Amino acid sequence: MKPILEIKSISKKFRIRHENHSYLSLRDSLTSLFKPDRSSSEEFYALNNVSFDVFQGECIGIIGKNGAGKSTLLKILSKITPPSSGKITSRGRIASLLEVGTGFHSELSGRENIFLNGSILGMKRKEIESKFDEIVDFSGVENFLDTPLKHYSSGMQLRLAFAVAAFLEPEILVIDEVLAVGDAEFQKKCMGKMEDVSKSGRTILLVSHQMGTIAQLCKKTIIIEKGAVIFNDETNKAIDKYLSDHQYKGASWACDSSSARKKIYFRNINLINDKKELTDVLGFNESINISLKIIYNERQPNLKISVTMLDKFQSRIFTSVELLDNHILSDGNEYSLTLKIPGNIIAPNYYTFRYALYDDNGNVFDLLESETKVRIMDTGTEMAKYEGVDYGFLILKCEWT
Amino acid sequence: MEYEIKPKNKLTLGIDELWQYRELFYFFTWRDIKVKYKQTALGFAWAVLQPLVMMVIFSVFFGQALKVPSDDIPYPVFVYSGLLLWNIFSSGLSNAGNSMVNNANIIKKIYFPRLIIPISSVLVSIFDFMMALFIFIGMLLYYPTHINIAECFLYMPVSIFITCFSTFGIGAFLAALNIKYRDFRYIIPFMIQALLFLTPVIYPVSIIKFAWIKYLIAVNPMYGAIELFRHPIIQKPIEINLVLISLGSSILFFVVGLFYFRKTESYFADLA
Repeated sequence: MKPILEIKSISKKFRIRHENHSYLSLRDSLTSLFKPDRSSSEEFYALNNVSFDVFQGECIGIIGKNGAGKSTLLKILSKITPPSSGKITSRGRIASLLEVGTGFHSELSGRENIFLNGSILGMKRKEIESKFDEIVDFSGVENFLDTPLKHYSSGMQLRLAFAVAAFLEPEILVIDEVLAVGDAEFQKKCMGKMEDVSKSGRTILLVSHQMGTIAQLCKKTIIIEKGAVIFNDETNKAIDKYLSDHQYKGASWACDSSSARKKIYFRNINLINDKKELTDVLGFNESINISLKIIYNERQPNLKISVTMLDKFQSRIFTSVELLDNHILSDGNEYSLTLKIPGNIIAPNYYTFRYALYDDNGNVFDLLESETKVRIMDTGTEMAKYEGVDYGFLILKCEWT
Repeated sequence: MEYEIKPKNKLTLGIDELWQYRELFYFFTWRDIKVKYKQTALGFAWAVLQPLVMMVIFSVFFGQALKVPSDDIPYPVFVYSGLLLWNIFSSGLSNAGNSMVNNANIIKKIYFPRLIIPISSVLVSIFDFMMALFIFIGMLLYYPTHINIAECFLYMPVSIFITCFSTFGIGAFLAALNIKYRDFRYIIPFMIQALLFLTPVIYPVSIIKFAWIKYLIAVNPMYGAIELFRHPIIQKPIEINLVLISLGSSILFFVVGLFYFRKTESYFADLA
C-alpha cells in the first residue's frame, strides 16, 4: 500500500535582514543616508530536511514548541507557500483548516457567509446546499442566519466557522490548532466530529498544544523541534518525550529570593523514597514521600497546607490537606513536614504536584501550580502490559465476588 | 489521483486550475458587489450616479463653456460613451491593484489560484458598467444621434472585450507589484487621474494637431477601445494605424501582467 502522503526532504528557507545602524539622532540618520548600506542578511531555515510518510486512514499528531516549524509545514502542505527544496507527493485531496472563519465578511449574513466560506474551503455550491441544514444545526445559530456577521458574538462566529469546516470531505484533512475554540459543550461536539471523520477512513494531520486532544485522536505523533523531525512513533511515547523534555522540573524544588517577602512560604520541597534518598523515579509498590520546609514569618491562625497530585495533563487526582498547627515550629520559624502517599495505589505514569498554603478565610499565602515531578514505574502489576495506555490514575485493590 | 508539491520552477497560466475553481469567481465578485452596496440607501443606483454626474459636469464645463468639439455628435453622448468604458478601466485598476493586499488574510490561510482575486475585482467594475449602460441607451434615444445598429453589435462588444483584458492585465500586474512595494497604493490613483487626460474621453483625437502626440496617445490601450466603441455613433472614419497600436499595447500589457503575476504569486503569502 502506497502512502497517501509522502513528504521527502522538505526545507523552507527565509532570509532575515539585520540593520546594523542605530538611529541615535537626526544627524546620524541623515548621514547614514550617505554611508553604504551595512545591513546584512542571514538565512533562517524554518524547516530543515523534514521527511515522513502518512498512510490512508491514519490520524497523525504534530507537536512541538512554538516556533518549531509546525505551521510552516502545514502551509507548505496547503500550497500556500512553496518549499525551498524537497518534494511532497499526495494521493488525495488536501483541505486545510489553518484558521477558522477564513474569508468571513462581517457585512454579510450568516447564510451568505456559509456559502462564501464553504466555497473558499473548496466545496462546490451544490455540496454546500445539500449540507446546509446540517451545518446550521451543528453550529446552533439557526435563529440568526440572516443577520450580518458583525452582530454575532465571537463564540457564535467561531461555532459557525467550525461548522462549515466540519463538513468538508477531503481525503486528507490538515488542522492547525483550531480545535480549542468555543465552550466545553461545543468542544465536545468538535472532538466527536473529528472522531467520526477519523473513523470514516479519512486521513488527519493535527497540530495542537493540547496533549489530551492528541492522545484521544491520534495513534502516531511527530515531534518537530527547530525545523526538524525528532520523533515519529506512538502517541503516548511522543507525549511523554515532549513533556519530559519541556515541562518537568525535577524531584527537588527550592524557592527564589522573591519568596522572602511573603508571610509564609515554601522553602524547599523534595521527593524522597523510603530510604530518604532524593529520587524522581519510584516503583508502583513504593510510597511517595514529599518532604517540605515552610518558612513562617508572621503569626497566622488556622493555617493549612494542601498538596494535590496532578497527572501529565494537569488533571487533579487527589488532594491531601493538613492543619499546620498539628506540627511544631522548629528553629523559631520553620515547619518541617513529610507527606507519605501510600504505595500500591497510584498507577505507573508521570505526575507533578500542586502545593498551596492558605487559611479558611480564603487567603492564599503561597501557591506552586506544578512542581516536582515523579515517575511511577510498573513493578509487575496486572496492568504492566498496558503501561502507557490510559487505564486511569489508580490501581485499586478491589474485591470481586 | 496523484499530485506533487515542489519548489516552483515552471511558468504556466494555470487555466485548468482556474476552471476547477471557477465558482470562486462568482463568490468573490458577488461578495464584493454585495458588500459595496449593502448598507446604502440608494443601492445599485450608485453605479449609475457616478458616470451620470461626471457627464453633467464635463458637459457643462468642457462642452458648453470651453466648447470642446465632439466629432459632430452631442457632447453629453460623446463624453458619456467614453466614461462608460473609462470607468471599467479606472475602477477596475484601483480595485485590482488593492485586491491582493485587501485579501491578505485569505491568501495566507487557504489555497486557490490567486489570479481569481484581481479578476473578480475587475468583474465588479463590469457589473457597474452594465448598470450604467442602460442610461446610455436612454441617452441615445433622447438625443438626435445617427446610430449604425449593425455596427453596434460588432464594435461595441469588441471594445468592451479589449477594455476587459487590458484592465485584467494591468490590474494583475499592479496587484502583484503592490504586495511587494506598497507605494503602488498611492501611485495608482494619481496615475489613473493623469491617464484620464491622456485618453480621448473628454476630447476627440481630432483636436490634436501634431501627429507624434497622436501616436503617443495611441499607446494607451483605452484609446483603441473607446474609438471602436464610439464608431457606430460617429461618422468619421477611424484611424486604423492608431487603433492597431492601441490593440497591440493592450495585448502586451495583458501578457506581461498575467505572467508577472504568475511568476511572483507563490511568494505572496510570505510578503502579504
